[in-house]
Amino acid sequence: MTLTELANPTRFLALVARLMPWLTAATALLLIAGLYQTFAVAPDDYQQGATVKIMFLHVPFAWLAMFGWAIMSISALGTLVWRHPLADVSAKAAAPIGAAFTFLCLVTGALWGRPMWGTYWEWDARLTSVLILFLMYLGVMALWRAVEDPSRAARAAAVFTLVGAINLPIIKFSVDWWNTLHQPASVLRLGGPTIHMSILAPLMVMALAFSLMFVTLHLAAMRNEILRRRIRTLHLMQAAAPRAG
Amino acid sequence: MNLGQHAGFIVAAYGVAVIVVTALIGWIAADYRRQTRTLRRLEASGITRRSAAIAPAAGTAPSRAAP
Repeated sequence: MTLTELANPTRFLALVARLMPWLTAATALLLIAGLYQTFAVAPDDYQQGATVKIMFLHVPFAWLAMFGWAIMSISALGTLVWRHPLADVSAKAAAPIGAAFTFLCLVTGALWGRPMWGTYWEWDARLTSVLILFLMYLGVMALWRAVEDPSRAARAAAVFTLVGAINLPIIKFSVDWWNTLHQPASVLRLGGPTIHMSILAPLMVMALAFSLMFVTLHLAAMRNEILRRRIRTLHLMQAAAPRAG
Repeated sequence: MNLGQHAGFIVAAYGVAVIVVTALIGWIAADYRRQTRTLRRLEASGITRRSAAIAPAAGTAPSRAAP
């Protein structure tokens, strides 16, 4: 099935209905496997101790915080360049999910930072740029609600999203460009991960589980948005019907 | 299982994650129920989109056609 074929919302809804049970089951199984590895298999870190278990949440949340904005950026291109009918549906649906994962990234990072760094928060480049990402999510959600016409809201949100995408490389390379308290990349780096396999394996399982959760929730939220737009159309018809008659 | 001297921070991190993820799933599920209920109510009152109305009633005019 191509992207063009998925431009038909009815066909998209049928695909989501078929995929949803499988995605939900796969997410649940991976999450159970990840939590089992986290609490029953993974050893304590030689420096962090058991606090390393927070990293099994924090790192996937950080990746998905950026992944959410990347999805919105691709969708924004779909809205402005290709005018794909589901592009703005995808962008709108991804925003609250991305915001939730960014919030969790900030909170779990703070809860790890207090025992390890001695502080919940530091205004360094990585932490500040992720906080800005969270505020941008809130901004784009407010923009969607502020403009009543969905197509006008979609164009405004798409421009906002593409301008905001400049924050993604800033977040990624902030630890290289500036002298920060946050450690440099230790998984996604040239030369491979610097983490021992006993810690890396549960981290990757948890990352896969939360990634699948993100995709599942995104598809479910897209389905909701399509239904919402159908209802809006029907309400407009209902309002116009007496005048037409 | 021994979570060490920083157990409170670990439990808090997982607790917040469970609360936020559960709230997110619950919000999306509740939104789905709300949208499907509203859509069914509107369609039951005879208002249907043109694309939805043509298929089941080919050859007959729908009560109200959607754009």
